[in-house]
Amino acid sequence: MAETLTVEVMFGGGAELLFNKVKRKEIALPPLKTFLPDSQNQNWTLKELLIWLKDNLLVEREELFLKDDSVRPGILVLINEEDWELHGQLNYELKENDKIMFISTLHGG
Amino acid sequence: MPVPCKRGCGNNAVLKRPKTGDAICKECFFWAFETEIHYTITKGKLFNKGDSVAVAASGGKDSTVLAHTLKTLNERYNYGLNLMLLSIDEGITGYRDDSLETVKQNRDDYEMPLKILSYKDLYGWTMDEIVAQIGRKNNCTFCGVFRRQALDRGAAMLNVKCIATGHNADDIAETVLMNVLRGDIARLKRCTAITTGSEGTIPRVKPLKYTYEKEIVMYAHYKKLVYFSTECVFAPNAYRGHARALLKDMEKIRPSCIMDIIYSGETMSIKEEVSLPTQRLCIRCNFVSSQEVCKACVLLEGLNKGLPKLGIGKSSKVKKLLDEYNTRQNNLETAVKDLEDCNITDKKTSKTCKNISNGFKQKECNATNCCTNKTERNVEKNNEKLQTVLDKYSLENNSQVKLDEEDSDDSEIKHQDEDDTCSSSCGRLGVGF
Repeated sequence: MAETLTVEVMFGGGAELLFNKVKRKEIALPPLKTFLPDSQNQNWTLKELLIWLKDNLLVEREELFLKDDSVRPGILVLINEEDWELHGQLNYELKENDKIMFISTLHGG
Repeated sequence: MPVPCKRGCGNNAVLKRPKTGDAICKECFFWAFETEIHYTITKGKLFNKGDSVAVAASGGKDSTVLAHTLKTLNERYNYGLNLMLLSIDEGITGYRDDSLETVKQNRDDYEMPLKILSYKDLYGWTMDEIVAQIGRKNNCTFCGVFRRQALDRGAAMLNVKCIATGHNADDIAETVLMNVLRGDIARLKRCTAITTGSEGTIPRVKPLKYTYEKEIVMYAHYKKLVYFSTECVFAPNAYRGHARALLKDMEKIRPSCIMDIIYSGETMSIKEEVSLPTQRLCIRCNFVSSQEVCKACVLLEGLNKGLPKLGIGKSSKVKKLLDEYNTRQNNLETAVKDLEDCNITDKKTSKTCKNISNGFKQKECNATNCCTNKTERNVEKNNEKLQTVLDKYSLENNSQVKLDEEDSDDSEIKHQDEDDTCSSSCGRLGVGF
């Protein structure tokens, strides 16, 4: 029995409204092959995390969070407080206790 | 794998700057972010020493970051500005009431005086009431026109030299794009101006004109600034939404496109004959207007006369609508006389009913069902007669007034000022000021 991977996901800037107003949640991800048997990756990356979030936490208006296989342009992603653009974006491989934050910029002032 | 800061300070980068593509650490980011805004302010000569400046504050990310940055720069570079916050309460329950709490937080955090002006006080209508009257279509027109004027009025009350708004680079690029898409060349000509406002008006300045939205959000996040981030509860502006989505998609492929679009807008040369109508003063409220009567006054008249369509769409329609209204009004006066006896009966019955139900006889009254039924019957009868008269003079009940489908967003948008359109989702510009 393979172990689960624990990461923390956070939502801000209005993105939390799509996730039942949850701003912060620790999640336990099952082994990738259990969740996505067809996945080409061996380990969890942000790409699979988005699918998991869609299936498990996203409660409304999916199109405001996701576009194609990534986040909707305008949603910023921070990996351990750092811009995901510095870390390979969707290809970033998740590590135990990573903190992944999604901040929406798509809202009024 | 940590990425080193491009500036060679030895720290690890936290952010990839969209403007330059540079990887940069937190401290260097703060420095670059603030210094660029300082450069924009000094190069554009936005302020003079000793000026009083109102920051148009909505509680959103842009105005919160603007207030914070202006305070920082004012102290760091000794601008000598007297900064204050100016907020407009449109009266949108579940949206503006919450965001104003954030503005009050800004007031305390940044130690700036705060002035809040409400639509209710200025115009006698809240946005909630306006939407109840006109429906969800076109309501951004009311909100935008009223807000623009409300900001002017607030600024006049505060006696400030100018109003600083939180329009960011993404907003400006989006507006350039929209004006191109609409063929609105006159507005295209001036929408990139860092200072707007003509003679007699209090100028608006945009210190965040060259600041990317991504950096504003990251700055607020790293500085732990509290801002309000809920979308306006009313209908979003679909056209602007598409322009925004297009821009964001392009930014993903080529982040510099935002600066490039602004640059295109700034350097495009427009034929001389394309110009905006000359500014004058509204004969009713004395505020600056391009027409004899300003848009806010026309919209307000429409609301007060139960003609919410007035002022939506071409201004040439206004006179026609008003003439029709006046004819009906005259006819109605005759009709009202016919109705008078019926109204009196109704009033009497209601009064009796109220007396009974408020008094000790209530139980007895309910038991016999006398008053409720009686009142309803009378009202029904009254309504029948009223309806006949209304039909006769082709009047509509207020509750039934609907906006024509032909007055689509597009035709209405043409007559809006660049600042009119509501914020982000809701159009992005307005609520964020």
